[in-house]
Amino acid sequence: MQSNAALEYDYSVAKLFVYTTIAFGFVGMLIGTLIASQLAFPELNYLFGEYGTFSRLRPLHTNVIIYGFTLSGIWAAFYYSAQRVLKVSMAESKFVMFLGKLHFVLYMIAAVSMVVTLLLGITANKEYAQMEWPLDLLIVVIWVVWGLAMFALIGIRREKALYISMWYYIACFLGVAMLYLFNNMEVPTYFTSGGLGSIMHSVSMYAGTNDALVQWWWGHNAVAFVFTVPIIALIYYFLPKESGQAVYSYKLSLLSFWGLMFVYLWAGSHHLLWSTVPDWMQTMGSIFSVVLILPSWGSAINMLLTMKGEWNQLTENPLIKFMVLASTFYMLSTLEGPIQAIKSVNAIAHFTDWIPGHVHDGVLGWVAFMIMAALFHMAPRMFKREIYSKKLIEAQFWIQTTAVVLYFTSMWIAGITQGMMWRAVDEYGNLMYSFIDTVTVLHPYYAIRALSGVLYLTGFVMFAYNMIKTMTSSREISEEPQFRSPMA
Amino acid sequence: MDIRELQGYASFFMTIFLVVMLYGYIVYLYRSEKKGEKDYEKLGNIALDDEIDSTPINTSDPLSEEKKEQNK
Repeated sequence: MQSNAALEYDYSVAKLFVYTTIAFGFVGMLIGTLIASQLAFPELNYLFGEYGTFSRLRPLHTNVIIYGFTLSGIWAAFYYSAQRVLKVSMAESKFVMFLGKLHFVLYMIAAVSMVVTLLLGITANKEYAQMEWPLDLLIVVIWVVWGLAMFALIGIRREKALYISMWYYIACFLGVAMLYLFNNMEVPTYFTSGGLGSIMHSVSMYAGTNDALVQWWWGHNAVAFVFTVPIIALIYYFLPKESGQAVYSYKLSLLSFWGLMFVYLWAGSHHLLWSTVPDWMQTMGSIFSVVLILPSWGSAINMLLTMKGEWNQLTENPLIKFMVLASTFYMLSTLEGPIQAIKSVNAIAHFTDWIPGHVHDGVLGWVAFMIMAALFHMAPRMFKREIYSKKLIEAQFWIQTTAVVLYFTSMWIAGITQGMMWRAVDEYGNLMYSFIDTVTVLHPYYAIRALSGVLYLTGFVMFAYNMIKTMTSSREISEEPQFRSPMA
Repeated sequence: MDIRELQGYASFFMTIFLVVMLYGYIVYLYRSEKKGEKDYEKLGNIALDDEIDSTPINTSDPLSEEKKEQNK
């Protein structure tokens, strides 16, 4: 491989994933806002017949956000930043380029099929693993193609040391690969019923408690290896690059990495506290969840300390604002999760609205903030134009921050109220409230959540508009910015 | 001792083993840097100096570099 002065990084695959991030983000958040509104105002369930009901749309919301918006964002950032930290262009290898494009094409086929099948009600009925077996097989192929592209790029790199972000991308690849295969072991009912069942509908190969354990081994690690690990890869690259400050402690990043890998895999059984899984496993799930605070905060504090002596950038650069707040929400979320995993707290929190509250301060505050900041950072370098409007980013930041705060505070109150009411008994040991009593009390909080959805979606539309204007009509820049992204 | 109890003990001792490994890794990181064998902190610059034509930062293990020099 000869070095060539005219050689440039090739962002063609990264750009494709940027477009899908914006599209899936909008669709996923629109559905999320609609179903949040349905919980507050149930008549909204009947807008589009069977296709508009909460039960049909809820899996669509989670799948589009996880596998549409988040994975697209991760892959956009991967195909952009992996080249840069490995100091090798995708254009240098036709094979890598082919794999990257194949990855995108297969991904689009799978994503569109996922939306159509879930909307039609074709589902495997496992949370965050609703896609039926033909799509599962396609996803295995997509994952292998991504792995090949990643390791082929690593194989031709100039920078021999793998930057910490690459470690996290590799962990994302391996973690999902292993758990996805285990959790999606399923058989079409056609084969198990002597031809009576359906070829399109499958049942898990595990039964009862074992199925629940494998399901939450995957379910929790979908959070770990899609919502956490690759997003840490993003922040370890984009925050130092945007601020011009090297990561505060590289050793701490390595320690946090191995700590996270070791602990995260075994925390999933906290989803099954007070159930029929062995007691020691529940206890281990609780302990691992509490220990998880250490590596999570290790990464988050490392990021905040990276800004040491440069806190003025927080007021001057809205992208730093997004990333610092993302890191802070990561800390909040990774403290809240372990608290919920303590057995006595879980007795109140389980099945209540506190759980979606927890998920959303992580996903809205940490994942989406980080992905949007990464896209804003990449845009001037990819499209060679400055960001269209700084004022719009500032406004978007405050609208969305307000939305996240409204979401989790309303769900904290709703969840704890719900948990207390379900358990309340009178002096004779009879339950004091029926289910409808809780629904009546919770209505205002559900309305606040719907409002927060509208606000967050509004912020996302502002983001999409800003990105599209940046791509098409913003002022051109002649030189690639080294650190801080230029914006009008 | 039934299979569930065995699984519990296996999980417990595997955890202890991995904790020892992790602490061993921490000691290794700090000790190798103190001895001057490794410089992990400069790897943070990979994200900052990421132009395609900039010089790779590399792990450059000083001891192994010396050995390479001697072998030439």
